[in-house]
Amino acid sequence: MEIGIAHYLTVAAALFSLGLAGIFLNRKNVIIIMMSVELMLLAVNINLVTFSAHLQDLVGQVFAMFVLTVAAAEAAIGLAILVVYYRNRASIAVDDIHTMKG
Amino acid sequence: MVIEALVFYVFAAIAVLCGVMVISARNPVHSVLYLILAFFNAAGLFVLQGAEFLAMLLVIVYVGAVAVLFLFVVMMLDVDVKKLRSGVVRYMGIGMTLGAVLFAEMVVAIGYWYFTPEKLGIPEKVSATPAISDAHNTEALGNLIYTNYVYLFQGAGMVLLVAMVGAIVLTLREREGVKRQRIAKQVAQPSAEEVKVVKVQTGGGI
Repeated sequence: MEIGIAHYLTVAAALFSLGLAGIFLNRKNVIIIMMSVELMLLAVNINLVTFSAHLQDLVGQVFAMFVLTVAAAEAAIGLAILVVYYRNRASIAVDDIHTMKG
Repeated sequence: MVIEALVFYVFAAIAVLCGVMVISARNPVHSVLYLILAFFNAAGLFVLQGAEFLAMLLVIVYVGAVAVLFLFVVMMLDVDVKKLRSGVVRYMGIGMTLGAVLFAEMVVAIGYWYFTPEKLGIPEKVSATPAISDAHNTEALGNLIYTNYVYLFQGAGMVLLVAMVGAIVLTLREREGVKRQRIAKQVAQPSAEEVKVVKVQTGGGI
């Protein structure tokens, strides 16, 4: 049983689709939405590493590293915004966000 | 070969199951814990493909920092879970449909493709993966990011710096009525007014 590139790509596709479905499923909970985004970025990283390994080219892994960096920065900023929002509204329901002005 | 296939299927199955649980768990804390398990299994998949450095990076940076940050925030905010989950049934249909359609499209797309360097017509690379006997994965990556990609590497550092400063600026707040030590004022206090020498009489006291 040979594990080829398609196997890894299928896992990544499944994780990406799950992330997308999670964004739709948990429309009100920002934390779960952010976790879904993390899941999608993980799927992208799996794709990059898979192609890097199978095409014998290390640039894919370098790029995956930069994706990790950006994902970490995004999580930090997003959670900071979430904490500030919770401090102001005492809730994290996303559908109240349209009441914010300025 | 059989062992590799077995390990792959275990890691892949647990990762996908954890993905399902992340988006369907009732408690956000459970979601974060499943996310951590998914990252661990993805790291296992990376190791299987020979990307050890990225696997360790995933475990240390993601599980050690980002996932714990999520855990902190989830536990710090006292969230009413029931209220937040009220829309799940309504959006179940469209969410699942979109996810399934996307997955089917991607599987169809990758199922009919066959990737090899020759087939894609990739010319001579400067960044070809060296043989494992020549250099380890970490060493090869280091040779690449500190030479060809050094500006991008510095840029990534700047992104992290900006994110750090931004997060601190966003969440820092000055509270009223908090007593703090003001060292400059303490140091600037003239000693002539504050200290005085008193001659105490024996048995008298002040």
